[in-house]
Amino acid sequence: MIHSPYIRKPASVQRVMGLVLLALLPGIAAYAHTVGAGILVNLGIATCTALAAEALVLALRKRPVAIALSDLSAVLSAWLVVLCFPPIAPWWLTMLGVTVAIVIAKQLYGGLGQNPFNPAMVAYCAMIVAYPALMSQWPPAGGMDFGTQLGLILGGARDIDGLTGATALDALRTGLHAGAGPVDVLRQGPAFGFLGGSGWEWIALGYLAGGLFLLAARVITWHMPAAFIATLSLVSGLFWLVDPARFASPLFHLASGGAMLAAFFIVTDPVSGATTPRGKLIFAAGVALVAWTIRNFGAYPEGIAFGVLLMNLCVPLIDMKTQPRVFGHRGGRR
Amino acid sequence: MIARLFKFHGGVAPEGHKDESAGTPIRRAPLPSRLVVPLRQSPRTTARCCVEVGQKVLKGQRIGEAEGGFGTAVHAPTSGTVVDFAPYPMAHPSGLPTRCVVIEPDGEERWIERTPFDIDAAGRDAALAWLRDCGVVGLGGAAFPSHVKLGSSGGVDTLILNGAECEPWITCDDRLMRERAAEVLAGARILFRLIGARELLIGIEDNKPEAIAAMRAAARDAGDEASILPVPALYPMGGEKQLIRALTGIEIPYGRFGAEYGVQCFNVGTAHAAWRAIVHGEPLVDRIVTLTGNVAHAGNWEVLIGTPIDELLALAGPAADTDRWLMGGPMMGFALPRLDVPVIKACNCIIAASPTLMPPPPPEQPCIRCGECARACPAELQPFELYWFSRARNFDKARDYHLFDCIECGCCAYVCPSHIPLVDYYRFAKSEIVARERDRNAADQARERFEFRNFRQDREKEEKAARFAAKAAETRARAAGEATAETPAAGAPAAASPGDAADKKKALIAAALARAQAQKAAAAAHDTEDPAP
Repeated sequence: MIHSPYIRKPASVQRVMGLVLLALLPGIAAYAHTVGAGILVNLGIATCTALAAEALVLALRKRPVAIALSDLSAVLSAWLVVLCFPPIAPWWLTMLGVTVAIVIAKQLYGGLGQNPFNPAMVAYCAMIVAYPALMSQWPPAGGMDFGTQLGLILGGARDIDGLTGATALDALRTGLHAGAGPVDVLRQGPAFGFLGGSGWEWIALGYLAGGLFLLAARVITWHMPAAFIATLSLVSGLFWLVDPARFASPLFHLASGGAMLAAFFIVTDPVSGATTPRGKLIFAAGVALVAWTIRNFGAYPEGIAFGVLLMNLCVPLIDMKTQPRVFGHRGGRR
Repeated sequence: MIARLFKFHGGVAPEGHKDESAGTPIRRAPLPSRLVVPLRQSPRTTARCCVEVGQKVLKGQRIGEAEGGFGTAVHAPTSGTVVDFAPYPMAHPSGLPTRCVVIEPDGEERWIERTPFDIDAAGRDAALAWLRDCGVVGLGGAAFPSHVKLGSSGGVDTLILNGAECEPWITCDDRLMRERAAEVLAGARILFRLIGARELLIGIEDNKPEAIAAMRAAARDAGDEASILPVPALYPMGGEKQLIRALTGIEIPYGRFGAEYGVQCFNVGTAHAAWRAIVHGEPLVDRIVTLTGNVAHAGNWEVLIGTPIDELLALAGPAADTDRWLMGGPMMGFALPRLDVPVIKACNCIIAASPTLMPPPPPEQPCIRCGECARACPAELQPFELYWFSRARNFDKARDYHLFDCIECGCCAYVCPSHIPLVDYYRFAKSEIVARERDRNAADQARERFEFRNFRQDREKEEKAARFAAKAAETRARAAGEATAETPAAGAPAAASPGDAADKKKALIAAALARAQAQKAAAAAHDTEDPAP
C-alpha cells in the first residue's frame, strides 16, 4: 500500500544527472574547439566503457541493470574521468581509468549513492600514479590536428616531445624549479594565455558557464563553488602579494588546470561530499587548500584530485560536526 | 499595525488544485439513510454511551458523555431512533472498529432546546465545560479537544486563527471564511476572550484572496482590530508550528505547546464551531467536507457527523477510473481502506484519486545525498541522514538526529529525485523506537517487581526472626524471673524439673536460631540493596 504523500514533484536521478551532463556541454564544446576533437573520441570510448562496466557488475550483483544504466550516473562519471585525463590519452588508458572509476570506486562500494570517494578522482589518482608519463602529455591548444590526436588515442607511436607541450601549471612549476625566472617572465612562454594556459582559459570559462547554469537550475548550491573559489583565491592571493616572483596570481590559479571543472562539477558531487551547508563550505575549502599546496609545493602539477580524496575521508566527521540547528532548538524568537 | 512576517525553512509548493472545489458555495448534504456516530471523536478518549437502543433522540441530544480530561461529548446529528450500539469500522488507515451509536433519521431534524451560553454570567470554567459538552474539537484535522487547549492557555498573549489551508485540493476553510466570515470572527473573539489574549492574528494563504477580503470586510463591519495576514502559499504553512513561526517568529520545539510560548492557535472551523456552541447553544453535529479530485461535481458540503462516506461520495459523481479515496490532503492524508465508514469530526476532505491524477511513484532508487530533502524540510532536519539511520536500524542515531522532530509533512518525499518513501521510513523508525521503549519499560517494571518481591520476602523473614527473637527473650526473661522468684521463697536451690530444663533448652536453641536467621537476613537484605549488576 502506498502512503502519503500521494503526489510527487517531477524529479528523478536521471534528470539531475542529465542536467549536469548538459551543463558540461559548453566546456566540452570549448575543449573540442580550442584543443581538438580528440576529446570527443575519448568521451565516446569512456561512455561505452562505463555503461558496459556498470552493466556487467550489476548483472554479477544480480541487480536490475536497465534502471541503473538509465540514471546516467555512470555516463557522468565517465565524462568527468575523460575531462580530467589528457585528451590524447590512449584508448586503453581511458578504458582503464573509467573501469577503475565504475567498478572499484563505485560498484565495489555498493553502487550509486554508496561510494565514499569521488569515482573520477579515484581514477585520476590511480592513473597518474600508475602512468605518470602518459597522464602528463597534454597537447598545446590548437597545436595538434585531429588526425594526430586520433592516431595517438588509437595507440600510435608517441614521438611525444615534438608534439606535446607542458601545460601552464607544469611549465610554471618546472620553470620555477629550474630557476628560469620569476613568474611574470615565465608567463611570457608559449604555454600561457591571458589568464591561465593558452586556449585552456576558454574551456575554464565554458565550465564556469555550465556551473552557473547548475546553480540557476538548483542542482547544486552556492556553498561548494563559492568556498572553493574563495579559498583558492585567498590563499594564492596572499602568497602572490607577498612574493609575486615565486607565486602565481589567483586569476591564474582559477583559470588553470581543473579549477573551474572542480569548483562546479567535481567537489559538488553529492554522494562523496559533505552535505550540511557549513560542511560543504569546509569540504570545498579543504579541497582548494590541498590543491594549491600541491600545485606549489607537491610532486604533481595538479592537486585537486588528491584534495578531493583527502576531504572525502573527512566527510563523516565534517557532517557529524556541522549538523544544522533543528526547528525550535536553540534560537528563534524568545 | 505593520505586520511583519517571518519565514520558515523549506516547504514545497505543489499544484494547489483549489479551483476545482472552491468555486461553488457550501451545500447541505441530504440526510443519509442512517448515521453511524463513533463515540471516539478525538484522540485518546471514547465517550460513554448514554442512550439505549430503541430510544428516540433529538438533533443535538447528547448520546455520549465526555470521559476523562481529554473527553468531549458526542451528540445525535439528527432526530431519529437509536437502532444499534456496537463497534463499526472507522475512517482510519487500519479500518479498525470503534463503538458507534447508529441512528435512523426520522427526517424531521427536530432540535433539542437550544440555549445560548452566557459567558459573563457563568464564567470561564463553565464556558470550557460547555464547549466540552458541545463536543467542540479542533476541525483542522487533529480533532484535539478545544476545552483542553483553552484550559492550558494561561499567560497567552496571542491568539492565531489558522486559515492557511495549505494542503492541495482542500477548500473547506476557504469556503467557510468566504461565506461565514462574521461568524468565524465572532467565534475567534470568543476563544480570544476565554484565553485572555491581547492580540488576534488571522493567517490565510495568499492563494485565497476572496477569503482574505471576506474576513477583512467582516472585521471592518464589526469594528474588529484583528490582523488578517496573507501568508505565502507554501506547504506546510497550515502546520500549527509553521504558521506560528510565520506570524510571530516564535519557534515551538517538538513536544512543547504554543501556550508555553504565549501563543495559541485554532483552526477557523473550530472558531465557527465555538461560535455556534456559545451563541446558539448548538453542539458540533456537522462539519464542512470538501469532495474533490477525480469527480464530476467537486465542492464543499455541510455533512452530518456519522454520515457513511459511501453515501456522501455519490453526491460528487466520481469518474470511472477512480481507484482510491483519500481522506485529508494528498500530502498527509491516507487512502481509505473501505468506504462504509462514517464521516468524523477530523474529516476535512475526501479526494477521489486516479492513476492519472496521482500516479503511483516510480520505483525507489538509491539515495544520492543530493540534499533536496534537507532544503525542503520545514523542521530543518537532515532527512537523508534519518533515512540512512532508519534503514540501517540505527535507531539511537536517528533519535540523536532529532527523528521525533519530524512532523511527517511529506515535503522530503515530495521532492526526492530517487522517489524514496522517506516518511514511511520515519514512521517505521518511530514506531520501532516507541515499541522498544515500551519493551524496555516492561522489562524495567518486571525487574522492579522481582526486586521488590525479594525485598519483601527478606523483610518478612527478618520480621519473623525478630518476632521469634522477642518471644525467646520473653521466655528467657520469664524463666529467669521464675527462677529468682522461686529461690528466696524456697530458700533452697530449686530442683529444676526435667520439663523446665527442656523448655529452657528449647528457648535457647530457638533464640540462637533466630539470631542466625536475623544475621542471614540482614546479609541478604544488604546484598539486594547493592546496585543491580
